[in-house]
Amino acid sequence: MEYITASCVIRNNRIYRDGEIVWERSPAGPADFLQSCYQHFGFQYPKFYKMDHLSKLGWLAAEFLLHEGFDPAQCRPEEMAVVLSNANSSLDTDYRYFASVSDIPSPALFVYTLPNIMIGEICIRNNFKGENAFFITESFDAAFIATYVRDLLGTGNARACICGWVEVLGDRYAAALFLIEHKDAGLSFTAENMIGMYNLNQPA
Amino acid sequence: MKDVYVVADNIYSPLGGNTAENFSQLKKGIAGVRRHERPEMMGQPFYAALFEPGGFVAPEHTKFELLLIRSISPLLEETGIDPADPKTILILSTTKGNISLLEEGIEDPARFSLAGSGRRIAYHFGFVNSPIVISNACISGVLALITAMRLIRSGRYRTAVVAGADVISRFVLSGFGSFQAISAGPCKPFDQARDGINLGEGAGAVVLSGDQRYQGNLRLRGGSVSNDANHISGPSRTGEELAHVITRSLADARCTPDEIDFISAHGTATPYNDEMEARAITLARVGAAPVNSLKGYYGHTLGAAGLIESIVTLQSMREDRVLPSRGYEINGVTMPLNICTALLSTPLDYCLKTASGFGGCNAAIIMCK
Repeated sequence: MEYITASCVIRNNRIYRDGEIVWERSPAGPADFLQSCYQHFGFQYPKFYKMDHLSKLGWLAAEFLLHEGFDPAQCRPEEMAVVLSNANSSLDTDYRYFASVSDIPSPALFVYTLPNIMIGEICIRNNFKGENAFFITESFDAAFIATYVRDLLGTGNARACICGWVEVLGDRYAAALFLIEHKDAGLSFTAENMIGMYNLNQPA
Repeated sequence: MKDVYVVADNIYSPLGGNTAENFSQLKKGIAGVRRHERPEMMGQPFYAALFEPGGFVAPEHTKFELLLIRSISPLLEETGIDPADPKTILILSTTKGNISLLEEGIEDPARFSLAGSGRRIAYHFGFVNSPIVISNACISGVLALITAMRLIRSGRYRTAVVAGADVISRFVLSGFGSFQAISAGPCKPFDQARDGINLGEGAGAVVLSGDQRYQGNLRLRGGSVSNDANHISGPSRTGEELAHVITRSLADARCTPDEIDFISAHGTATPYNDEMEARAITLARVGAAPVNSLKGYYGHTLGAAGLIESIVTLQSMREDRVLPSRGYEINGVTMPLNICTALLSTPLDYCLKTASGFGGCNAAIIMCK
């Protein structure tokens, strides 16, 4: 059986790990939130500054997700999968990149005009070399993600997987990442449990 | 394990409106890539495979959506697949979808929503299930086929209609241009003088099924995905991660490296990609097989590339013909490959298709008779 052994939800200026609030910031948009979070927790990863908002959000959520309890030695790099989704792909950065085109097109922005770059950033940080997939759905389709990830783990294509939802567009952002492992700990790996964590403590 | 059969396939490209037309052009050595002077797309003349302007006007759909519709439509007619069957799923792949609308001054996020495009296409044909939309850089098309294979194997769906498309616009041209990644002439995959990509537009669609009645059809037999964990815009230095997905795909397909009769490589014609691929193919011990890249004919069709190139491979298998790798003259990689330089007649029982992309992603599939 697969279990959700850790979760990180970032919504409404708050970061939750395993359902517990770990940090809160007064509302000021994603740029301020992401930067303040990085500084507040003293992360040391200069590449962070080059990332777009989407990658920063996914990267931070993965840092909190893997912060404690996950032992990377229990999986080979090829056995670690990352399966993410969102509604608006990389549109937040697409707008920014296109604004640069009439002047000098920016390669540093262009590379972030693909949503799976965020998966690449998480893989580089953690040396994960296994399965990847990025899906686009109108809202967080936990049932589909659960189907896909359960298949990866059940067929031996992965031993552990980070999966979930990371969305940024303009002033709106939300992330919900889940660590899925075979070990009997945490919540059972169901769509309902992922949605429950995503909506926990959120205004109705 | 449940077999996954290819029921039908279709390519809608500047070379032709169906698989047979495309393959017939390819066998004659005709390429879609040519020189264009389109100042609205790029300041200087460039080489690419583009549709003629003006053929994509419809009240309800964009050019991107029309490409998907035109690739899927004949397949549904030909196969009689019922989109309203709850065991049938539509899977779409693209990198940039409707992004060219930015150039028309459109900014409403809803117009760029890939899920929205998916919904409109599903509605157009009457699919009852919400479509699955994959956007995973240049492996999107291969990943869409792998996703379909897995969903059929697990019994979740019986039939999958898999389609991918991308449109070339100023957005994409300027982006690859900003990386100095666009060739000044027709691209030359794996050649010593290769200096970058040509871009291309088009769509590919495949119907896959787990239904035993298609026994005897070509099969999608294995597939796998990996990440380099090295760099977001440059490939692995060693090729180990692509080699790993080739090896895993072979295991998934229950075949050995020496059974591979042909490799349809990604072969973008950038210096780094082709070098990495040559290393990976050698490392995975499939280097003896004839290899081609279709980028010299179609250009890099991005989210459609994995589908178009897999479909050409399927047609190669039906005719036991390997197409020459257009643009190749002199070996330009440190681990030389068996690059096909003339139309070759040879039995093709097991074929490998590979793809790699930004974000460090790699994918491979095995097709067999």
